[in-house]
Amino acid sequence: MADNDFPEGTPKGWSRRDVIKGVIAAGAVSSAGYLFRSSVVRADVSAPGSVERLITLNVNGQQRRVDVMKQETLATTLRYKLGLTGTKLGCDRSECGACTVLIDDVPHYSCSMLTHTARGKKIVTIEGLASAEGKLHPVQQGVVEEQGFQCAFCMSGFIMATVGFLKVNPNPTRTELAHGISGNLCRCQDYDKILTAMMRGAELSRRA
Amino acid sequence: MAIVRDIMPAFELFQPATTDDAVGLLAKYGRDAWVMGGGLDTFDWLKDRIKRPSVVVDLSQVNDLTGIRPMGGGLEIGALTTLTEIVRNPVVKEKFGLLHQAAELVASPQIRNQGTIGGNVSQDARCWYYRGGWKCYRAGGNICFADTPSAINREHAILDADRCVAVNPSDTAPALIALEAQMVIRNRKGERVVEAEDYFIGPATDITRMTILKPGDLLTAIRIPDKWAGATFYFEKVRDRQVWDFPLVNVASAAVYSGGNIERIRIAVNGVAAHPVRLKAVEDAVRGKPRNAATADMAGQLAIQGAEPLRYNGYKVPLLRNLVKRSIRGVEEATWAS
Ligand SMILES: Cc1cc2nc3c(=O)[nH]c(=O)nc-3n(C[C@H](O)[C@H](O)[C@H](O)COP(=O)(O)OP(=O)(O)OC[C@H]3O[C@@H](n4cnc5c(N)ncnc54)[C@H](O)[C@@H]3O)c2cc1C
Ligand code: FES
Ligand code: FES
Repeated sequence: MADNDFPEGTPKGWSRRDVIKGVIAAGAVSSAGYLFRSSVVRADVSAPGSVERLITLNVNGQQRRVDVMKQETLATTLRYKLGLTGTKLGCDRSECGACTVLIDDVPHYSCSMLTHTARGKKIVTIEGLASAEGKLHPVQQGVVEEQGFQCAFCMSGFIMATVGFLKVNPNPTRTELAHGISGNLCRCQDYDKILTAMMRGAELSRRA
Repeated sequence: MAIVRDIMPAFELFQPATTDDAVGLLAKYGRDAWVMGGGLDTFDWLKDRIKRPSVVVDLSQVNDLTGIRPMGGGLEIGALTTLTEIVRNPVVKEKFGLLHQAAELVASPQIRNQGTIGGNVSQDARCWYYRGGWKCYRAGGNICFADTPSAINREHAILDADRCVAVNPSDTAPALIALEAQMVIRNRKGERVVEAEDYFIGPATDITRMTILKPGDLLTAIRIPDKWAGATFYFEKVRDRQVWDFPLVNVASAAVYSGGNIERIRIAVNGVAAHPVRLKAVEDAVRGKPRNAATADMAGQLAIQGAEPLRYNGYKVPLLRNLVKRSIRGVEEATWAS
């Protein structure tokens, strides 16, 4: 069954994607019950710096209310609570870059940051790059034009790392860009073509 | 290989907004509290369930712990300043290029964007037996699994081992020692300032800790005096992959030359012992000598005196010797370009 059998915009309709997301979210909740037992130390909830579970995050320009465990990583919240599954989890150990998102325009591994730490900051994921009208971000357009990825599991991480790097260094040489996005791995070992696509994205960004 | 295992076990989280509140929380929860800067050393421990603190004090909201300020002719760097901020700071680059180079060679861009200098110097050993939860000396047991006949110990210590053979993995630590940096530490009782060299401790002092910090202590800042501003610097890190990987050995030196002679010099290395090692004997031996191949050779030989390799890390002995040699003779080769 192809995705577009159930167009995502259908009012009240369930797309295949929504069904999958719903199942993922339900699974995450039901299997995580043991995590809610209280910690050994009885925390004084009125102490300075104590945190709430119901928080508001600024994700892709929207204010999102979400119930977040204190030990929850941003990648978990984005994928399993907010349905933003474009952010991938590869290693969950800061060692691959698949989970890269922008926090206040700076690339971070979302698997290695507490969601609470991102409160009050501007979070941008791969879903937030295209314009509201659906026009792709120049770096995404670069991928459409040059391809470069094989399985593309690493793609959103590479794109986010590149978008973040270009904000500081909009006119990089190929070597500088390679250094700038060296915190991302590709299991298909497609680096040369990925760099070509990202360089194209850089060029399109300068023209945009 | 890391396994993606759902979510970390529960802990109580505090995000204080001021240094005072952070210090207050650390005093209140003592041994139960874990200080978190960027969290990049922290999360592995928690995800793997090897360390299970019940309280995490996340410093990310404490604004007065970040930033780089002029102090005397030198700088004061807040403990929460990220490695990227240090790399991009023009004064660090211009006057204390040694720290610039060391910070730029840490891990990966995203890790530098989040990892703090305070966390980098306070990070724990990377011995996989220890980090895998084996009950070794460092974890309170009575054996070192990395020092048994069949142990895999290619990354381990060649100097100063005492029961535990783990090494200090920090790249910025030797640079800070060479620059004669000072660490500013606060706890409920007040503030103290210690030399970077004395901040790091080996197993002979306390086998379960890497630094002098005790429960309740907060590193608030690192001060770089102007003593070595604009000196000739050499930093070299040898690692397996050019991104992510910790140093097998690194070397940091700051030197002032006059008329072809070594007027003053400081050299520190890491990845060879449980603490970064300042090579004081080498500094004393080369001071006043001409900066040439003979002096460099002598320095290299002196640096490896007393080295005791394990089964798989013998290569670190010539590696250390050669890096120390280069830190004196090969400064031009080290000019690092981004
Ligand atoms: C995949 C990977 C690769 C890496 N490669 C390298 C490398 O090549 N070179 C290198 O040097 N490092 C490397 N690191 C380590 C990384 O650079 C450090 O972990 C990072 O700089 C630590 O900073 P942090 O703020 O994230 O640490 P945190 O995890 O927040 O803290 C580390 C430790 O320091 C303590 N701490 C932190 N801040 C304070 C403070 N202000 N006062 C008292 N205690 C404090 C914490 O309690 C904790 O024990 C790597 C890490 C990872 C995950
Ligand atoms: S999943 Fe976060 S770096 Fe690999
Ligand atoms: S294209 Fe498959 S992991 Fe990069």
